[in-house]
Amino acid sequence: MLKIDGLGKTYKTGDKALSDVSFEIPKGEVLGLIGPSGAGKSTLIRCINRLVQPTTGKVLLNDLNITGLRTGELRRARRRIGMIFQEYALVERLTVMENVLSGRLGYVGFWRSFLRKYPEKDVANAYRLLDRVGLMQHADKRADALSGGQRQRVGIARALAQDPELLLIDEPTASLDPKTSRQIMRLIVEICRERGLPAIINIHDVVLAQQFSDRIIGLQAGRVVFDGVPSDLTEDALTLIYGAEDWTAMRKGAAEDAEAEAEEQAQTEKMMGAL
Amino acid sequence: MSDATTYPTRWRKPPMMVKSRFWRIALTLGAIVYLALALSTVEVNWARVVEGMSRAQRFIAGFLQPDFTSRSRDIWIGIGESLTMTFTSTVVGVLISIPIGLGAARNIAPRPVYLVCRSIIAISRSLQEVIIAIFFVALFGFGAFAGFLTLSFATIGFIGKLLAEDIEDIDEKQAEAIRATGANWVQLVNYGVQPQVMPRLIGLSLYRLDINFRESAVIGIVGAGGIGGTLNTALGRYEYDTAGAILLIIIAIVMLAEYSSGYLRRFLK
Amino acid sequence: MSVTDAQTPIWRHRTPKARLALWGGWLACVALFVWCWEMMTQRTIWAFVYDAPRAAGDLLGRAVPPKWDYIDSLIWPLWDTMNIATLGTLLGIILAVPLAFLAANNTTPSRLVLRPIALFLIVASRSINSLIWALLLVSILGPGILAGIIAIGLRSVGFIGKLLYEAIEETDVKQVEAVTATGASQAQILNYAIVPQVLPTFYGISVFRWDINIRESAILGLVGAGGIGLQLQASMSVLAWNQVSLILLVILGTVVLSEWVSAKVRHAII
Repeated sequence: MLKIDGLGKTYKTGDKALSDVSFEIPKGEVLGLIGPSGAGKSTLIRCINRLVQPTTGKVLLNDLNITGLRTGELRRARRRIGMIFQEYALVERLTVMENVLSGRLGYVGFWRSFLRKYPEKDVANAYRLLDRVGLMQHADKRADALSGGQRQRVGIARALAQDPELLLIDEPTASLDPKTSRQIMRLIVEICRERGLPAIINIHDVVLAQQFSDRIIGLQAGRVVFDGVPSDLTEDALTLIYGAEDWTAMRKGAAEDAEAEAEEQAQTEKMMGAL
Repeated sequence: MSDATTYPTRWRKPPMMVKSRFWRIALTLGAIVYLALALSTVEVNWARVVEGMSRAQRFIAGFLQPDFTSRSRDIWIGIGESLTMTFTSTVVGVLISIPIGLGAARNIAPRPVYLVCRSIIAISRSLQEVIIAIFFVALFGFGAFAGFLTLSFATIGFIGKLLAEDIEDIDEKQAEAIRATGANWVQLVNYGVQPQVMPRLIGLSLYRLDINFRESAVIGIVGAGGIGGTLNTALGRYEYDTAGAILLIIIAIVMLAEYSSGYLRRFLK
Repeated sequence: MSVTDAQTPIWRHRTPKARLALWGGWLACVALFVWCWEMMTQRTIWAFVYDAPRAAGDLLGRAVPPKWDYIDSLIWPLWDTMNIATLGTLLGIILAVPLAFLAANNTTPSRLVLRPIALFLIVASRSINSLIWALLLVSILGPGILAGIIAIGLRSVGFIGKLLYEAIEETDVKQVEAVTATGASQAQILNYAIVPQVLPTFYGISVFRWDINIRESAILGLVGAGGIGLQLQASMSVLAWNQVSLILLVILGTVVLSEWVSAKVRHAII
């Protein structure tokens, strides 16, 4: 369970990115974090594993106060929090397997990681995860040889290799096409369900957020302005978060994407039947 | 996917550079054998090294407490020669390298001119400054004039090559547009090539100025004037404190040149 | 040029002030050049200069044809030259890698103390040519190829160190962030996020420097630091110009060969 209490962040430049953000996530809940760019979504999830140092407030992961930890303790806390990044953030020049195993870095000593001699359990688990995300046969390829969707799957496997108690997901679909975006979102949510993992998904696409999350929080200029189930996300609520804009057009576009995908699936099934 | 699936428990990083096992082993062995052979040729006269340690100590002491004063006249003459020959040789070298660079650009020069200019560049580039300096000293006598010629000659190869490559890389469309107006060759160079290449040329010249200064400190060792000669004399007399002073002056000037040329380039942009 | 009336302004490339500054700049350059020329040639003995064409003809006459059978005594010096370059490059790499990590903004453990020291060492090494290092080392260690190796190594530190620390500073921050988020230690972050990113650049720099070092090590013998330069020095001191010309041909061949090898290797890596 994650509890965020009165979190605030002011950058050195004086920009106030977050002010007084508080919420709780129970086990197994997938939380969609929406808001216009610059609303502080990215800062918020980076404050949770302290890639960004919060100025005020507390982050409690199962009663462990992350904000108060010193370097060594922070590393141990970080390995319990998996993170999936915008544009994958894989180490491009390492193999897929090394990228997945790098999720275990917090658990193994330097020499083990340097010689790539991970414990047998870790290696087997890494293979299982690669199989789960459908990349079993790509283990020995270099990460930069994969397509965007495949890379993001490696990113997911890396985060899961940590055996996390919480997933932080930063714009997972930002550089993917609509169809791959859906597949990735579906995969993430499925995995969260399988493991009862709580997750915070920072996402700019409102329709995807509504479709895939249990709960939505809307940020506007660093403050929580909406907190509720997806069905409560009315036009008024969206206007509050994003300001006045034509939401129907955006929804319509996304609905078309979904329809196209369904049609394509039907087509594939037909072709398979013909074989 | 069933739970019963068992997964491998071992993973080895696949070789990235050399895929074939045979060549990997052969290359590693070759490298080891070479290293062993090469290291065995290093003969160390330990008695001489021990003797040298006290000199090393004196040198480090000289570097930490440099003596700028007792040979100040020689140092100033050397520095003056180095700086003046750096500047004059860069100017002359760049001026000569412009026509040569134009001639060595495949897209604007006729074939015979191209070949001649390319060979001039190749000769200038493949000969070390010091070797050129030896010859110029033999021909023109000791002193800064030989150094000036050496650095000018080296500058031609350096700037000429980079300039020619730059011209070959220019945006063909712009040159085409100029050609289409019925311009002659000089106009083509003036309007189609010069605006695209000029900023780079200035940057390269400043860079070469920096290199020429460093080289001027070296060619003095073979008698081509400048601070290198002073340094050589100081070391020959085992005056490590003067040598330390000279080295510190060289480092300071190089740092200053690097800093100011960076500034100047930003200013000219 | 057509006649322009008062209404249409005359087109000018630059404002009058900028043009004035530009001309002023050029004038200052010319003045500086003339002054530098005067300074530089103060001690030039012009008689030698006027005599140069005749001296050149004389030299050429004695240098051609090269004394081909002298090649036998050049094989071992050439081998020494190769070794000086290779071992010197290795020494340079060993010293430069830690220095580069200390000097790079994003990996330095101490920005106030170690970084300036590392940067100074890099600049110092770069400002001093390997021949000067060799001069110094021969005076300390005595003549021989050890002095040559160390001289080449010390000069290479600055070159490799500078290019490498710039490459480290240009690494992708996001990959570093991602590895940090897994709870990796500092050493693991270096190993997993930074090293893979700079490795190709590092290989390229090393091979490039090796190529340069082959040229440099060929002349170190002039000050006694081993290699083929020793033969050059010896031949010149007895005015055996036909040997000198052969040595130059050998050096030229080696340089061309090493350039070809280095281009091939760099191409294969990148």
